[in-house]
Amino acid sequence: MTRTDPLDVPRPDAQLHLGVFFQGVNHWTIWSDPASGSQIDPASFRKVARTAERGLFDAFFLGEGLRLREVDGRIHDLDVAGRPDAITQLAALAAVTDRIGLVSTSNTTFNEAPDLARRLSGLDLLSEGRAGWNVVTTDNAWTGENFRRGGYLDHADRYTRAEEFLTVARALWDGWKDGAASGSPGASTWAAPGAVRRVRHRGAQFDVDLAPTLPRSAQGHPVIFQAGDSGEGREFAARNADVIFSAHGSDFDDALAFADDVRRRLLSAGRPEDDLRILPGTEIIIGATEEEALEKKRWIRLQQVTPATALGIAGLLWNRDLSDRDADGPLPKEDPVVAENDGSFGARRIADPYTVVAEWREKAEAGGWSLRETVIALGPQRGHVGTPAGLADRFTHWVRHGAVDGFNVTPYLIPDGLDDIVDLLVPELQERGVYRTEYTGTTLREHLGLREPLTHRSTTDGRRAG
Amino acid sequence: MSGPALRLAVELDGDGAHPAAWRRAAHSPDHLLTPRRVARVAAAAENAGFTLLTLDDGVLPPGSVPDTVGRIGAVERAAFIAASTSVAGVAPVVPLTYAEPFHVSSQLASLDHISVGRAGWVVGEETQPEAARAWGRPLVEGAAARASESRDGVAAVRALWDSWEDDAVVRSVATSRYLDRDRLHYVDFTGDTFTVKGPAIVPRPPQGQVVVLGHPDLVPAEQLDVALVAGRGLAAVATAAAGAGTPRVFAEIEVALDTAHATAEERVADLEQHAPWTDRGRLRHVGSAAGLAALLERLRGVVDGVRLHPLVLDEDLPELSRLVLPHLFERRHAVRPSAGATLRTHLGLERPANRYATAAVPAGEVTR
Ligand SMILES: Cc1cc2nc3c(=O)[nH]c(=O)nc-3n(C[C@H](O)[C@H](O)[C@H](O)COP(=O)(O)O)c2cc1C
Repeated sequence: MTRTDPLDVPRPDAQLHLGVFFQGVNHWTIWSDPASGSQIDPASFRKVARTAERGLFDAFFLGEGLRLREVDGRIHDLDVAGRPDAITQLAALAAVTDRIGLVSTSNTTFNEAPDLARRLSGLDLLSEGRAGWNVVTTDNAWTGENFRRGGYLDHADRYTRAEEFLTVARALWDGWKDGAASGSPGASTWAAPGAVRRVRHRGAQFDVDLAPTLPRSAQGHPVIFQAGDSGEGREFAARNADVIFSAHGSDFDDALAFADDVRRRLLSAGRPEDDLRILPGTEIIIGATEEEALEKKRWIRLQQVTPATALGIAGLLWNRDLSDRDADGPLPKEDPVVAENDGSFGARRIADPYTVVAEWREKAEAGGWSLRETVIALGPQRGHVGTPAGLADRFTHWVRHGAVDGFNVTPYLIPDGLDDIVDLLVPELQERGVYRTEYTGTTLREHLGLREPLTHRSTTDGRRAG
Repeated sequence: MSGPALRLAVELDGDGAHPAAWRRAAHSPDHLLTPRRVARVAAAAENAGFTLLTLDDGVLPPGSVPDTVGRIGAVERAAFIAASTSVAGVAPVVPLTYAEPFHVSSQLASLDHISVGRAGWVVGEETQPEAARAWGRPLVEGAAARASESRDGVAAVRALWDSWEDDAVVRSVATSRYLDRDRLHYVDFTGDTFTVKGPAIVPRPPQGQVVVLGHPDLVPAEQLDVALVAGRGLAAVATAAAGAGTPRVFAEIEVALDTAHATAEERVADLEQHAPWTDRGRLRHVGSAAGLAALLERLRGVVDGVRLHPLVLDEDLPELSRLVLPHLFERRHAVRPSAGATLRTHLGLERPANRYATAAVPAGEVTR
């Protein structure tokens, strides 16, 4: 890391926040190794959550996907798949953890606002203020085939619905005055008269009228996370979110540019520029030496990108079935086929495959790489590799220069993939004064150092009121 | 009357079965919605020896207007309880009148994974028109339309539980396949008002199918594992049980017991000053523990089990635990669940075969 004069460091006191993303569906979680445990056994979830809590992490995250992935109309069978409903799983984890935040990725398109808001409130109460909600939007008709409404939402409307969804959810969360439920056993009414307000909302997406059934938790509202990278997604986050779960966490300049963009949008939305935490998803690979870490990375990539996975990824790029090719041989000679966007979340199509294939060919030739080696070398360069001390220096630099507020780590092994981060990296971070040595709060909002929920702020302090 | 030993279930929502139960609770209202309270009640019921804990729910606030009482969603409470208990089955009430069958299927399958095979589901109904506005969905009007939603919903949920065969996760390093896609199935469910493609996103529940309980007038008998039957007297219960047509039948019994401080009658009268104890046409025992034990003994051979609805949990659960259940267990009139078994096992129900399972390949014909 570059030694800098402390006075040049924009955020000398900034603290690093860590979350763990139990992703559930992807090819980054290695399933083939004997050390890889069950992806559905409750013991796996308990183990990861408790390890993260031992490491004083802010949060434990679960992802969501509402249809099994497909490629060319067939269920994708190479990667980990099959996971529990997030809020249900997190409510169970609330019983076996004490401090860690519990964040559910939950869709605004295929849920009803009053129902999801109530489920999140329940999680928030059962965890005494540790709930978070990662708001995701999915519009595709392909996912919609599992739901009553089907694929009814236009792409342009998905953030409109998300925003109205959040408005309704917040109204419900604010429906009870604090201290509404009586604190004395002999009370004459269960809740103070007039303490519960009906919520009546009539809009393009929701037409509801109900009395909320739940008080606010210790943290006021569940913490709002946003994961989405488009301009609309960032605007939505700047207006509404407490945390952005971004994909900009591997390259410093890219991360800083993203963070600056978000901070600008925050100011435009009338919020202080430190009102939002930026936690990119990442992978962390640790070795005792740099060489050992790189060797481990090579082993991990080979487990993640098996020959079949390499052919699958190349098949998406070429838009041809390449499953009968030799992944350890050269790149396919044929030209790619330009795919129509079929709106399916099962397979992501590449808009301009010619350019990408040309680049792959050129680099593979120069490096003497097989197809599989090319996929590994030129696929997304995710994450951080190094020694505990080296990584701690790097992360200290990143957080103090405002590129990130922390990371949301995806372990490549379940359930033990966090152990070396907790046992080796965390102490180095603590030594540098960039990471907590004990939990100082009990709620997720406190862990993240967030202000009170947006709808609770007064208009006089320059912030937005709800 | 004699017959096989009874299985005992207890309903644990709120502070008890009476709408004003909170007035006699041993805690102030603001403790009702705390994790400590939820865990404590569940632990007391599990320790007492109940085989199944049920949790009522609905989108409208419980209690009688205008006296609002708060309530955490039953699925969330059930998951929390599943993680803090080890033996008892846990069954949330989940109505299908407005809910998404796909989500309900995922939630209940997840509950079964979390509890390692102890999940049940009491199929509920949203009967009030206000529930539609509370959900933000078009009104499902009338008993017939609600019954249709329940019927189709349960059928879709059950199909989704089978949409993964038990061994769909193959982790075959040799072929690089995590899943065997031939053991995953599109359910392609078509009901009167909705369709569901499938497969589920949650692997098949440990019990194969979560135990489904419900009232036979709301859910077709062939969709139920356990019918919950009412009736104000033994004869009515016996008639309902005989006609249920389900693998198991439980009688619904509302219970108020004498305590050291007040008789059951006095306790009921106290709460009746505030609200009536809604008559749902169920058996009701108001009196001594010995009287309840005698009533339960007479139900052996008539039903397979009972679901008790205690007037006030903080008062009646200790009496049930101290006087009623031990008496029944000692005489083998009822059985305690044993550690490590599934709820199906406790109820003597088979683990169902998967409707989609491909015929087993005969030995000797296994191809490589
Ligand atoms: C780091 C990250 C994690 C995400 N996790 C999920 C997820 O678990 N489930 C999901 O449906 N979408 C997930 N998304 C997708 C986003 O919610 C969003 O749909 C997608 O990024 C496209 O939105 P955009 O057009 O605003 O970029 C994730 C996105 C990012 C950047």
